[in-house]
Amino acid sequence: MDALMLDGNAAAGLLQEIFGSEMTTAVGTCHACGTAGEVGGVFLYRGAGLVFRCPQCDAVLMKIVVGGTRRWIDLRGLRALELDLELGT
Amino acid sequence: MEGAAVLGRLNWLEAEVVEIRPETSQTKTIGFEVPGWPGHRAGQHVDVRLTAEDGYQAERTYSIASAVDDSRIELTVERLDDGEVSPYLTDELRPGDTIELRGPVGGYFVWDPHAQGTVFLVGGGSGVVPLMAMARQRAAEGSKIPTRLLYSARTWDDVIYRDELTRLAAGDAGLDLVYTLTRAQPPGWEGYGRRVDLELLAEVAPAPAVLAVAFVCGPTPFVEAVASGLVQLGHVPARVKTERFGPTGG
Repeated sequence: MDALMLDGNAAAGLLQEIFGSEMTTAVGTCHACGTAGEVGGVFLYRGAGLVFRCPQCDAVLMKIVVGGTRRWIDLRGLRALELDLELGT
Repeated sequence: MEGAAVLGRLNWLEAEVVEIRPETSQTKTIGFEVPGWPGHRAGQHVDVRLTAEDGYQAERTYSIASAVDDSRIELTVERLDDGEVSPYLTDELRPGDTIELRGPVGGYFVWDPHAQGTVFLVGGGSGVVPLMAMARQRAAEGSKIPTRLLYSARTWDDVIYRDELTRLAAGDAGLDLVYTLTRAQPPGWEGYGRRVDLELLAEVAPAPAVLAVAFVCGPTPFVEAVASGLVQLGHVPARVKTERFGPTGG
């Protein structure tokens, strides 16, 4: 356990800004272990950027760096991201 | 569609302070009037942005404390002495001042008015804030969903919303309140007097068969202890929703 750890839910605003939809209820699938779960419930570490990790296997799912008005997004740890637009309001 | 709200698009809104009330020695509730507020669900939060005269900006996330109420929202802010944003919000803001906020955000940690079974709310310190929004929303809807709130605070004086919680529970057989005071207990105290551990959870948590969902909010080590304890007691991880504060720099 790491005292700096947060939940994906803490990045709800930034994710919605980038994806244009509510993302904490979107279901992401970990490329490393195949576990699927809501983005709001994954582990989030905040440093120079945001690092989202799989709560099952700890692999990196997604990285986001914010610099002024630019957003740099690395999604290589996600096999899939599934949104329900009904929930995305 | 110039000027029309775009679905999902987040815009920064001007929020005017209309009320400030102290809750405990370290926390204040700040009421805002937010023109254009789209409404929210209990448990959601907002991003708050402060801009200094030189253009420097600081952003923090705060849970909404109030039930849905038109264009008005309330935030309860804990003052972190070495924080960058919270001392400004708790000490400097005055009615009539404006700040920027955007939201509501987050659909993950929200009250479900159709929950089947018992809802278990577990709050550590100011982690009670989004849970209070749920208790208030539940009361406003006249919901009968059985709900138990386990609230861990350092002392009786650190319990936020103490009187309102007592009032809500007194008029409602479906809402149970369980306190644990970890640092000091008043004379004659009949609640728990220690940090939440597995034995305490085993006594207080609804049985796995009746639990609809557990919402756990507080400092990261607190949430970790509660969430892993619930899983050890046989609860399905997907039904244990967490919101960790971490050291946000307040």
